[in-house]
Amino acid sequence: MSTEIKEREPLFSPKNMKLLTTPLNLSNPITVQVLGICSALAVTAKLMPAIVMSISVLVVMAASNVVISLLRNGIPPRIRIIVQLVVIATMVILVDQVLKAFVYDVSKQLSVFVGLIITNCIIMGRLEAFAMANKPWPAFLDGIGNAMGYGIILIIIAFFRELLGSGTIFDFRVIPQGAYDFGYVNNGLMILPPMALITVGVIIWIQRYYTRELIEEN
Amino acid sequence: MQEIFNIFIKSIFIDNMVFAYFLGMCSYLAVSKTVNTSVGLGLAVIFVLGITVPVDYLLNEFVLKEGAMAWLGPEFVDVDLSFLSFILFIAIIASMVQLVEMIVEKFSPALYASLGIFLPLIAVNCAILGGSLFMQEREYQNIAEATSFGLGSGVGWFLAIVGIAAIREKIRYSNVPPALRGLGITFIITGLMGIAFMSFLGIKL
Repeated sequence: MSTEIKEREPLFSPKNMKLLTTPLNLSNPITVQVLGICSALAVTAKLMPAIVMSISVLVVMAASNVVISLLRNGIPPRIRIIVQLVVIATMVILVDQVLKAFVYDVSKQLSVFVGLIITNCIIMGRLEAFAMANKPWPAFLDGIGNAMGYGIILIIIAFFRELLGSGTIFDFRVIPQGAYDFGYVNNGLMILPPMALITVGVIIWIQRYYTRELIEEN
Repeated sequence: MQEIFNIFIKSIFIDNMVFAYFLGMCSYLAVSKTVNTSVGLGLAVIFVLGITVPVDYLLNEFVLKEGAMAWLGPEFVDVDLSFLSFILFIAIIASMVQLVEMIVEKFSPALYASLGIFLPLIAVNCAILGGSLFMQEREYQNIAEATSFGLGSGVGWFLAIVGIAAIREKIRYSNVPPALRGLGITFIITGLMGIAFMSFLGIKL
């Protein structure tokens, strides 16, 4: 063992900040890594459930990333999937119980999708790819960063779907009555499931148009 | 009997896992590049859903539901373990997938070779856990209804992934705008397929 003491890395070193910011655009979990689509699309008809869902994923992801990262040297590789699932499932049960206790209406709207955070591929994917090989603090930042990348897309989709589909934001009417008198009609198609997919398609289109390095070969 | 058949048809077309609930989207997008592999994954999903949904139904009916433990004796009538359902369902799914993998490997090496990597992947496919959770939420009356719901959802998922794989094989020859290539156009096509599937909504069963 060398007696040399390694210089401590500052908490918010450039490397750590990068963990937080790349998932917002260059390695966005939804539009680039294609992880966690299932729950992302189903809860975005209104803004409120989308935000609650993003916060739940943020909590579950940061917590399970830290736990797995702390346990990483003690987990036998052969049974790691089950260990990861148990940790995630425990966090999800906690979140689910909190949601049921404090925001019961939203929890009813989210229905099975809170439970489906367990099989949300972002969480498993980040545990496998990052938390199993890194220290708790970077793993925590990675969890927060990816959950924010996920949340941003969710909120963008939900904003447009609620605005165009119901004419409201957080259930407050924003399209003036005058517009309706003039013949404006809410686009009912936006609330239906297929439009969520098309909205994501358009978001990907815009993102890749401005970020050329993400364009795929045909 | 008719009720069971209705649930089957309904879960294939009207409540299609992919187009109505977006379940199993991750593997749907990742594995739909060629028709052959998507057929393999689709079959594996039908298989696993057909097994796990009835097993989870029994678990829910005799252990988890409020009052489900009554068969153990009168002192268990008030026990409500439903908060444990996530963790038990996922454990059942993971172990069933493992079991199915071992059985297939033993009895049909050819099928095992063609399913290969897809079987273990299914444990984290949200369509499987989603099937069990929807089964719990919709409160099916008996195990036959639960089984037909499981199989029907599997068939619906199979149809969806084979359909998109066939379209993606063809689209390779078209001139897609560069920024939409790959992922973007797949999303938009899935949305259009979803709109087509919505025409089944009006059917009353």
